[in-house]
Parts: sequence; structure tokens; C-alpha cells
Amino acid sequence: MSQTLIVSGSPHAKSDLTVRSIMWGVVIALLPVFAVSAYVFGVRAIIAVLVTSAACVVTEYIVQRFFLKQKPTVDDGSAVVTGMLLAFNVSVAVPLWQLVVGSIVAIAVAKMAFGGIGTNPFNPALIGRAFMTVSFPVHMNTWVVPRESLLSLGVDRATGATPLGYIADAAARGEPLSTVAAELPGYSQMFLGTIGGSMGEISALAVLIGGAYMLYRKLISWETPVVFLGTLAAGTGIFWIIDPTAYADPLFHVLAGGAMLGAWFMATDMTTSPMSRNGKIVFAAGCGLITAVIRLFGGFPEGVTYAILLMNAFVPLIDNKFRPRRFGKGVAS
Amino acid sequence: MAVVKTFPMGGVHPPENKFTADSAIQILDPPDEVAILLGQHIGAPAEAVVQKGDTVKVGTLIGEGKAFISANVHSSVSGTVKRVDEALDAAGFRKPAVVISVEGDEWEERIDRSPELVTEINTPAEEIVQRIKAAGIVGMGGAAFPTNVKYMVPEGKQVDTLVINGVECEPYLTADHRLMLEHTDEVLIGVEVLRRALQVERAVIGIELNKSDAIEIMSKHAERFPHIEVYGLKVQYPQGAEKQLIKAILDREVPGGKLPLDVGCVVNNVGTALAAYHEIQKNRPLIDRVVTVTGSSLSKRGNFQVRIGTPFSHAIEAAGGMPGDVAKVIAGGPMMGKAVPDLNVSVTKGTSGILLLNKREAQREETVACIRCSKCVSACPIGLEPYLLEKLARMEYWEQSDEHDVLDCIECGSCSYICPSNRPLLDYIKLGKVKVHEMRRASAG
Repeated sequence: MSQTLIVSGSPHAKSDLTVRSIMWGVVIALLPVFAVSAYVFGVRAIIAVLVTSAACVVTEYIVQRFFLKQKPTVDDGSAVVTGMLLAFNVSVAVPLWQLVVGSIVAIAVAKMAFGGIGTNPFNPALIGRAFMTVSFPVHMNTWVVPRESLLSLGVDRATGATPLGYIADAAARGEPLSTVAAELPGYSQMFLGTIGGSMGEISALAVLIGGAYMLYRKLISWETPVVFLGTLAAGTGIFWIIDPTAYADPLFHVLAGGAMLGAWFMATDMTTSPMSRNGKIVFAAGCGLITAVIRLFGGFPEGVTYAILLMNAFVPLIDNKFRPRRFGKGVAS
Repeated sequence: MAVVKTFPMGGVHPPENKFTADSAIQILDPPDEVAILLGQHIGAPAEAVVQKGDTVKVGTLIGEGKAFISANVHSSVSGTVKRVDEALDAAGFRKPAVVISVEGDEWEERIDRSPELVTEINTPAEEIVQRIKAAGIVGMGGAAFPTNVKYMVPEGKQVDTLVINGVECEPYLTADHRLMLEHTDEVLIGVEVLRRALQVERAVIGIELNKSDAIEIMSKHAERFPHIEVYGLKVQYPQGAEKQLIKAILDREVPGGKLPLDVGCVVNNVGTALAAYHEIQKNRPLIDRVVTVTGSSLSKRGNFQVRIGTPFSHAIEAAGGMPGDVAKVIAGGPMMGKAVPDLNVSVTKGTSGILLLNKREAQREETVACIRCSKCVSACPIGLEPYLLEKLARMEYWEQSDEHDVLDCIECGSCSYICPSNRPLLDYIKLGKVKVHEMRRASAG
């Protein structure tokens, strides 16, 4: 009976949940999106995802090991998530060196400069994308025609546009939507993903499969994507009801551009979204609303990136204002 | 079946590991020596009324609880008082205790040891409360709060319901489960005794749905008791926490800093009801209890009826002996139990289980950065923000901890259990509670 016993505070049980299981779970959830981008854009999409993932992991390793003198934690998978999401948020036409630059900005500036995992106020992949949009406008706005030159390794010059791009052009010219109707893909194409756009945003179906997996694993809560997309649909829907010749319908807005990818994979990012359920709902509603405003009235055809980044900035305020209801308070007993 | 009752916010579902659910209660013979702590309960310790050399029987009063919140202590064995001294409590502190060498097994004459069920209750309410105090009955669910105090309802408070806790939501533990199966009628008569003591019309019993056999037999036998209702509750930890149980069954919320009395109820454990039966119907004070002795590598784990004061080592011996890989021994369940520093600590009135964890199970993983996953917030059954309370405690911001209701924490451990970053959330929250109490006392005095 001379065994030494461990004494520590309760609880003495721990769930299987770890940061690693969460992050690699998100990677698994991104695989259907990855598969569709490879199917639609070919070998280059695969290379792009591998390059951004590797660049993010290497950047994080170098910063932790040599700048911050920490034990590197790249095996937690969070840098891989950032890398994959960065690739999925840009066009396949972007040259590899630009992807590497975007990855370095995403990890070194948006994540590690703030203290690393858990401390970054803004979504790293979206900061990387925003940086690339202003730095490399030509390639970031070059869209490749789906299901063509699948084996090409070079950057395609030729091109189509995204559905949101077509309607933004029509709006800029002051023409009704009917003038570009022939260019717009059908809903089933938009749902399945055989359309132009960023690598990971084209297929609503692939995003939904990944989203369902994350719900099943309890990696996200349903409120965020549902409220985000619902608010976007409501905001764009009002204008569509007022003038359907000038404005696209809400289903189009939900399926087009980065709304699905953003609502399911970016606005649900744990670190950069609020902690309470009500806070998450407010955050998601803000994302949907700002996306609608940018798409309808802004200079860019797409607004998901900036909507989420703007709402990221509000997270500390939302956390402060929208706390969980304390048991026994706020009820008549 | 209607909607399954449960508490509305938070909670987790740890693996149940109820290995001993089918093991009938075995009677454990007294050890050679018992160390009976005089402070086994919340409140002032009892004062010893025996001296070295005195002869005692099973049921002899050895400690008297003189303060308002205190409890009597009885000898659980017959023999000679070896010393009135100190012994280790579950937390490893030396506390006043009576150590008795066991000789034979002689009981006080007034105790009715026959197996016959005494159905008829002839004791008036006030006398029941007095005798509960005399018998040293305390909350058997683990908290060990003196039961009689709960039944002395202050002026101006209205109580309408007695809530009986048969939830046993702690993983591994099956003591209450076996009590309900094997002593169904005694428990129900005990509930009836308590209901009369409280002078209310309604008694409700909550049992988690993972004990469907207990729900079935308790419901069936309860048909003969018109004032008693049995409810099956969802398997969700901490369903058996007092506030969550009241909310689940009666849909009443006890605010932070308040008691069940403030929402018109009193909560007691099924084990406490059985103890009340024993005293009121059989003149048998609280001298033993059922303890689940369990663990993944224990060879003869089971549920044992153990005399109070029995060292853990004796109970573990009876359950197959200490396995070589044990790294942690817990008094109680894995979620709220205490890790004991020594196998010589003794079983008290609040010891519901002795749980042996091996190295792998006892290991705490390395703490990594909080990723703001918000799992702790959604797991907290009180609606607190554990991640924030941890941060505030680390920075020693006690006023802010107070503002963020750290004192409302019921220490269920759901936050630490769920945290993917293995953060010691509850450790810091407990520290915060202590510091906030100190701060409040300092400013009040």
C-alpha cells in the first residue's frame, strides 16, 4: 500500500475533445469542397490547396520556433485549416507565389502577430484573401471557365466571370438583369458547383455536406450559418420583391459567391466569433446584412469577406453585451 | 411517453461506466479498527462524548452535534474506544475522530434489526425532525448537509414539495440505483416519513432514464403512496445537481445565492430517505451506507454496505484488492469526487463511491491555448462563462469575478470536462470563489 496517489481537483474525467480533433475535423469537413474544386478546376486546384496548406504550416512553424521561441504546435491542424480556406477563397488563376505571400500574411500577420492560436481577432484566411485582393487585383479577379484545361499547370488567361460579377456589371451599366440572363448559370449548376468562382465557393452541395458533418461532430452550431444565410436572403429579398428586374432573387444570393462557404466555414470560426448563443446569432445576422449591403450597393460584386472581417471586429463588444442568461435570473420564480 | 424532463441549459454526457449496476449490495464485515470522523458533515464538528477505554456498541452515540448546523455521530461497530484523536479526512487533513477497536458485533438494544418492513408511520412531524437530528442523518448524496436543518423551515417561507434525488448522474456510481432496486419499499416509506416531517402534500422522485428498472419498480410500488410521484429524467450530467433537478421536475429556478426553500422545496437523496426509514421505523441511527467500489481494473468491484469509519483500503480489499496500475483514488464519482491522498482515509456518511483510476484515466493532458470554442459556455448549467472566469482568476481580478457571478458556480465540472484545450477551468473558478468570499468578508468586517 505504498503507492503514490495523484491528488488533483475535480473533475477527474475528461472528454475526448481536443483542439487537434476539432481542427482535423474541420479539415475532414473541407474534403468535399476540395473534391469539387479538383473536379471543376483540375490539377491546379489540388496544387494550390497543397501549396497554401504547406505555406501556412511552414510559416507557423518558423514563427513559433525562431521568432517566438515556442514549442511549435502546427500538429494541431489549425494552420492547415487556414491554408485550405485561403485557397478555397481565391481563384484558381492566382499564381503560386501569390498564394504563398497570402499564406504568409494570413499566418504571420493575422494570427501569430496577435499571439497565435486562439488570440487572433480576425479570421486569418480572410485577412490573407483581403491582402491578396488589394495586392494582386488582376489575378484575383481572373476567373477560369469551369471544366476546361483540367490538366494545365499554367495560369489561364482566358476566362469567364462569376455569377455575381455578371450582375454587378449589369448594375454598373444601369441595365436590367435580363441583359445578362443568358450568361448566368442555372440553380442546379450553382448548387452542384459547375460555375466560375473561387476554388471552394462554387458548390453549395459540397459545403452543405461538410457543414452537416461539422454539425454532427458538434464543431459548429447551426445558428451561425442559418442566421447568416437567412439574413442575407431577407436583405436581398426585400429589394428583389421591390424590383425583380434590377435585383437578383434571394436564392441566387445564397448560392452565389462565397455566401455558403463563408456562412458554414468562416463565420463559424471559433476564435473569431462570439461565445454565447445570442452573441453568435447577432454576429451571424450582422454578417448576412453587411454581405447584402455590399453586394447590392457596394463597389465590389462580393461582400462576404469584408462582412465577416467587419463583424470579427465587433466580437469583443458582442461578447460583452450578449452574455448567456444566468440560471435563476430573468425568470419569475 | 411525454417529453422527457430535463434541465434546459448546459450539461455534458460523460461515458456512464456503470459497471456495477447489476451487482447486488454485499454486506461488508467491519474491519479491525474504524476511525469515525466527528466532522463528516457540513457545519461544526460533533463533540466527542466518549473517552479512551469506553466500551461502545453499534449505534452508541459517540459525538454530539451541538451547533445549529451540525450532526450527531454514532459508533458503527462494537468494541473499545482506542483513542479520541485525529484521523485523515478525504482531503488529507487531520481532523478530530474517534478510533475504535472492533470486538464482536453487538448492537444497541433499541435497534430493530429484524428484516420486517414497518409500513405504518406513527411519529408526529416535529418528532421526526428531532429524531433525524438525533440519528445523525445528513445528505447522503455527497454534500452531507445535516438533514434536520432543511426541515426547520424559517418563518415566512412556504414549502409545497419534497424533491427526492434518485438521479445518480455521476458516472460509475450505482449505490442509489441498487438501493432503489433492493430497498424499494424502505426508500418509499422513508420518502413518506420525510414528506410528513415537511408537512407537504407532494413528494416527487427523479431518476435518470439509464435506470429504467429502478424507475419501473419505484413507480409500481409508489402506486400505494398517493402523495409520491416518480419521474424519469434524461441522462444528462448534472441532472442530479439540486438546482437542475428542481428545474427539471418542477420547472422552478433557484437563483444564485438562494436555496431550494426559496422556491418552495426541499431536496433529499434516496439514501437519506432510507436513513430516515431506518431511524423512524427501526430506531437505527446512521451507522452505515452503500458505497460503490469500482474502477476499470478492479477485479471484484461492486456495491457494498459499509460501516462508517471503515478505511478505504478495507473496502478495496473486499472488491478484489488494489490493482497495480492505480494512480488515483476518488471518494465519490469522477465529476465531483475528491482525490484522496491516502488509502487509510475512512468512509464517511457522504462517501457514495470509491473509484480507482489507472494512470491513463488519471492523467491530465497538457494545457494548450483557449481557442474560444465556447464549449464551456454552452456546457455550463448555470449560464456562466468559465473561460472568462478562468482568465479573471489568473489575473486576480476578484471584483470582476464577483460581477461575473463566480459564486453561482455549482462546481459540477462540466466546463473542465468538455474543454478541448484541457484548461483547468474549475480549479481557477474554485480559487475565484474562495477569493471573492474573502474579499466580501473583508469589506463586510
